[in-house]
Amino acid sequence: MENTNQTLLDVRDLRISFFTDEGEVRAVDGISFSMKPGETLAVVGESGSGKSVTAMALTRLVPSPPARYLGGEIIFKGRDTLKLSPEELRRVRGAQISYIFQEPSTSLNPVFQIRSQIAEAIELHRRDVKDVDAEAERLLTLVGIRDARLRMGDYPHQLSGGMQQRVMIAMALACNPSLLVADEPTTALDVTIQAQIMELLKELKQKLGMAIMLITHNFSIVADIADNIAVMFRGKIVEYGPTQRVLHEPQHPYTKALLECIPRLGAHKHRLKTINHAEIEAALGR
Amino acid sequence: MTAYIIRRLLTVIPITLGVLLLVFFIYRVIGGDPAARLAGKNATPQKIEQIRKQYGFDKPKFFNWQEAAKTGSPAAAFDSQFWHLVGQFAQLDFGKSLQSNQRISRMLADGVVPSLCVTTPIFLVELSVAIALALICAFYRGTRIDRTFVVVSIVAMSISGLVYIMMGQYFFAFRLRWFPVWGFESPAFLLLPVAIGVIAGIGGSLRFYRTIMLDEMYQDYVRTAFAKGCSQREVLFKHVLKNAAIPILTNVVVAIPFLYTGSLMLESFFGIPGLGRMTVDAIYTGDEPVLFAMVFIGSVIFVIANLVTDLLYTWADPRIRLQ
Repeated sequence: MENTNQTLLDVRDLRISFFTDEGEVRAVDGISFSMKPGETLAVVGESGSGKSVTAMALTRLVPSPPARYLGGEIIFKGRDTLKLSPEELRRVRGAQISYIFQEPSTSLNPVFQIRSQIAEAIELHRRDVKDVDAEAERLLTLVGIRDARLRMGDYPHQLSGGMQQRVMIAMALACNPSLLVADEPTTALDVTIQAQIMELLKELKQKLGMAIMLITHNFSIVADIADNIAVMFRGKIVEYGPTQRVLHEPQHPYTKALLECIPRLGAHKHRLKTINHAEIEAALGR
Repeated sequence: MTAYIIRRLLTVIPITLGVLLLVFFIYRVIGGDPAARLAGKNATPQKIEQIRKQYGFDKPKFFNWQEAAKTGSPAAAFDSQFWHLVGQFAQLDFGKSLQSNQRISRMLADGVVPSLCVTTPIFLVELSVAIALALICAFYRGTRIDRTFVVVSIVAMSISGLVYIMMGQYFFAFRLRWFPVWGFESPAFLLLPVAIGVIAGIGGSLRFYRTIMLDEMYQDYVRTAFAKGCSQREVLFKHVLKNAAIPILTNVVVAIPFLYTGSLMLESFFGIPGLGRMTVDAIYTGDEPVLFAMVFIGSVIFVIANLVTDLLYTWADPRIRLQ
C-alpha cells in the first residue's frame, strides 16, 4: 500500500457503462492506476478504448444519464470525487483538475472574447484576484502568445488552431491546477503545431510542477514527456508501466501491435501495419 | 454597412413585383371575370360591360400592344391592368374597396390597432414562456420533468385551435362568465383570445426552443464550461443562451410580419375588427383591391424583417460580417 501523501490520484477498479437501446456498453471496465504529484501519465489507446471517458470521469464530467458510474473509487487528494456533492465537485473542476480538449476551435465558446473566457476561469475559483485582465494577460504570455493584451479582445475564430489551443491551456492553468488532463491536445492540429504544443506542455510542467494526464492514440508524442504509460484496450488497461519499459519491452500483444503502427523513416519496405483485432482478442483469451 | 442596408432595401422592388404578379395571376387570370362577380347573379350584359369600363377591367391584362402599335409609343404598352396596379401601389395608393367603396388606406389604419392588440401580447407571452420552459427542459434534460413537458406540448399542439376557441368561449365565457364572449370594447375582451392564442401556439414553440437548447447542450464549449467549474445555471444562461440567440432570432423575426396581418381565426371568432377579419371577408367577397394591398404590405414588412434579422445576427454572432 502506498503512502497517501505521496499519491495525487488513485483510481481503483473504476467501472463506467453506457446503457443504450442495444444494451450495455462497458466503456471503462474495472481499471486501476495511480499518479504522484508532478508525474506525467500517458494513456494510450485507439478510439473507443475508454481513455477519454476515464479522463472525463475524474471530475464526473461524463453526463449521467446516459453514462452510469457502476463502481470503483477515484481518490484525488484523499477524497473520492465520485462521492462529492455537485457543489464540491465544481470547486475541484478547473481549480485542481483542469482540462484541455481535442478540438480547440469548438471547445472555446465562439461568441465570447478570449478575455471573458479566461476571466471566467479566474473569477470562478480565485475571488481574491483584483486585476483579472492583468492576470489573464500574464497567463496568455505564459503560454507563448505575443501581444497578449491585444489578442484578448479577439474572438476564437480570429485565432489559428495552435493559438486557440494555447488559449485553452492558459484557461486550464488559470487556477494553478495540480492535475492537468490533456485529452488528445494535438490531434486536431497540424504536425509542426503539434510539436510546439507538446514543447509548451513540457516547459509548463517544468515551470509549474503540475501532474499531467495525457490522453492520446499517438505513441510517437509520449516518449519524451511521459513518466508512465497505460495502454487501454476495450475499456481495460492491458499494459501499465514506466515509459521506457513499455516502449522497448512491450509485453502485451496489443501494445506491440500499436507500436508497430508507427511509421518509421527508412522502413518503407513494408505496408503500414494495421491492427488485427481478432488476433488480439485471441491472445486475450476472450 | 449603409450600402448593405440600401442594397437589401432595394430588393423590396423585385420581391413585391413578383408577389403582386402572383396574386394578380391568381385573381385576374385564373379567378375569372371580376366584373361579373361584382355585378351579381342577375346582371344584364350591359351592366357587366359598364362595370368593366368603370374599373378598367376592359384593358389588356399585362401589356397593351394594340395601343402601342396604334400610337407608336412604347410607353402605351404599359396601359394595362397589371401595370396600372403597380403604378398605383408604387405611389402607396391602394384604391378603394370594391365592396364598401371605402378608401383601403383608411381601412388598414382602422384595422391594424385591434390586430396588434391581439397578436402582440400573444407573441410576447408565448416567446418568453416558451424560452423559459425550454431552458427548464434543457436543465432537466432526459428526466421525467423534461419528458412531461414534451408530452404536454405535443398534446397541446395536436388539438385544433378551433377546439380551444369553442371550449374557451363555452366554459370560461358563457358558463363561468369569467370573460366576455365576443366583441372589442375594453381590454377585458382581449383576455380570452390572447390566452387561447398562447395556449394554441406554445406547444410548437416550446418544442422548437427545446431542440435548439439541447443541440447547444451537446456542443464542445459546454463541456469546456463544465470542466472550468461552471454551474448548470451559469452554463445555460451565459454560454448556451447567447449561442442559441441566432436560431431564436430567426424564428422571432420571421413571426413579426404576421403580427400585422392579424390572427384570422381569433378575430373572426371573437369579433375583433382587425386586419385578419378584414382579409377573411375580402377573400369571401372577392374584394381584390383589399387582398392586393394586404399582400403588398405583408411582403414589404417581410423583407424589412429579414433585413433586421441579418443586422441582429452580427450583434449575436461575432463570426458573421455583412458586406
